[in-house]
Amino acid sequence: MSNKVENNKAWFLVLPVFVLVAFSAIVPMMTVVNYSVQDIFDQYTRVFVGTDWFRDILRDDRLHDALLRQVIYSLCVLLIEIPLGIGVALCMPKKGIWSSACLILLALPLLIPWNVVGTIWQIFGRADIGLLGWSLNAMGLEYNYAGNPVDAWLTVLLIDVWHWTSLVALLCYSGLRAIPDVYYQAARIDRASSWAVFRYIQLPKLKSVLLIGVMLRFMDSFMIYTEPFVLTGGGPGNATTFMSQTLTTMAVGQFDIGPAAAFSLVYFLIILLVSFVFYTAMTHADKDA
Amino acid sequence: MSLVLEHVSRRVDRTLYIDDANLTFEPGSFNVLLGRTLAGKTSLMRLMAGLDRPTAGRILMNGADVTGVPVRQRNVSMVYQQFINYPNMTVFENIASPLRLSGESNAVIDRKVRETAEMLRIDPFLSRLPLELSGGQQQRTAMARALVKEADIILFDEPLVNLDYKLREELRQEMRELFKARRTIAIYATTEPNEALALGGTTTVLHEGRIVQSGPTAEVYHRPNSVLAAELFSEPPINLLEGRITDSEVTFDETVHFPLNQDLQGIGAGQYRFGVRPSHLGLVPSNDDDLELSVLVELAEISGSETFLHVRNDHFSLVLHLSGVHEYDVDEPIRVYVPTHKLFVFAQDGRLIQAPQRQR
Repeated sequence: MSNKVENNKAWFLVLPVFVLVAFSAIVPMMTVVNYSVQDIFDQYTRVFVGTDWFRDILRDDRLHDALLRQVIYSLCVLLIEIPLGIGVALCMPKKGIWSSACLILLALPLLIPWNVVGTIWQIFGRADIGLLGWSLNAMGLEYNYAGNPVDAWLTVLLIDVWHWTSLVALLCYSGLRAIPDVYYQAARIDRASSWAVFRYIQLPKLKSVLLIGVMLRFMDSFMIYTEPFVLTGGGPGNATTFMSQTLTTMAVGQFDIGPAAAFSLVYFLIILLVSFVFYTAMTHADKDA
Repeated sequence: MSLVLEHVSRRVDRTLYIDDANLTFEPGSFNVLLGRTLAGKTSLMRLMAGLDRPTAGRILMNGADVTGVPVRQRNVSMVYQQFINYPNMTVFENIASPLRLSGESNAVIDRKVRETAEMLRIDPFLSRLPLELSGGQQQRTAMARALVKEADIILFDEPLVNLDYKLREELRQEMRELFKARRTIAIYATTEPNEALALGGTTTVLHEGRIVQSGPTAEVYHRPNSVLAAELFSEPPINLLEGRITDSEVTFDETVHFPLNQDLQGIGAGQYRFGVRPSHLGLVPSNDDDLELSVLVELAEISGSETFLHVRNDHFSLVLHLSGVHEYDVDEPIRVYVPTHKLFVFAQDGRLIQAPQRQR
């Protein structure tokens, strides 16, 4: 028998956090769950419909298209930003005034709000007055993000790369700085090539920061809304209408609260599931190897 | 393979890291570099490995000048204080990595890796990753990687510092066995005099970038060439007393007198500094002509089964290294005995005049 005094007062200390989380996450989420099982006509008229909305949502072509665009977009973001970020981090000076200069330069895009970034690129890319758009057209490349779906799509991708590669680079830079110098010294003594140093020392040591980088960039790009909205409003056609914009149109534009609630739950579950799979895969990657 | 350093110096900006080092290492020898932190042990090793270039002097391998040859073209290996292994390679692949680089066949690699792993007793863990091993096993892996290469020089930069006491003793024992039958020059840096004594071979005592003394370990220990060498190669530091020799007696600090004995007769009158090792002082006389001193206990530092007893009187303080646990109160008056036959005598400028006769 333990003779320790049982004291449950500690629970009171957890209470503020619990209340906070309840109000910021659990209550709103439960509201959404509540909406998703009802058909709402007006303030006083609502009908319980069970899982009908979920069934509809999962069969909706608009959503399938948006999801497909979204998945391709996020994959492209990861495929470009992660290697590019690692590359930038490797090229950065290790110490001295230039490393500080690089750090500030890299941090700048991160400080700009999403809609400002969208506006910047909207003007930057215009064929008549934008530096990028005008230059491309002057070089004989036809570029028009407002009319050509491919151009619009590439522009949204480019915006994200411009805005967020810095984050990956900064994460990798901090990871690289955490590798003790003796590793490099040992590699030199072992006569390891610079590729071997990267493959067998730097990359494994970067694994944990890369995991964070991949997760953040995946989640963020999967939820992208502002940039395509500011640039073309999701067009031309539906070329840059991603998940969150489809959702917004449904909920705020058409006021289909029920289906929108069901959709947001599915959306949430997809992000959760993919993140979980990513995390598990990456943390267990070397154990299977 | 012999390694010779001729007037080697290294200066970075205005700081002198190594000052005119002259050393010779014989093939198959085990060499200890002893010195406190910042004494220049690592700097010297980096020069020997070819990681750094000396700013003056020459380095010769087997008579050939290799001063400017970069590390990639030399055949050296190094073991560090930190446990440095490739994090995502198995222990087997880690040990095999230098062999793969030199293009050995798979059969040879397999044989050599298993041989070396067995020698270091990590053969059960060959398929594990380094981080799944204990610290001692990780360091053994790093050592195996250094050994398997059959390098001309193996440098150990305080490899046992981060291991616990028991493991350290164990690995230290094995190290000597490992190097018995090899032609490799082993160079081992340490801050601990006791480690140097346990490893044997030759010892080079370093202080602030300078070589204080170099020679067979026992020789350096029993005949330190200066007060500095004696202080550096003694743990706890050697006790030093100012004193005077006259025709008939020896005086310490103008207060303690004892008749001149046979050992000290030939030195001649004058002012000297006397050194006595903490382990030679005792609480009971070991000889009839031991010098008895009345002192007060300052601190009894008990470490395991040993006691470091710090005592003082108005003129000097001493440290005794006693085996067994001895508990004393602060300021407790006791008597300690100085063996007058085990005194080191140094000149005023620090040179050794006489070391005690070694008992056979």
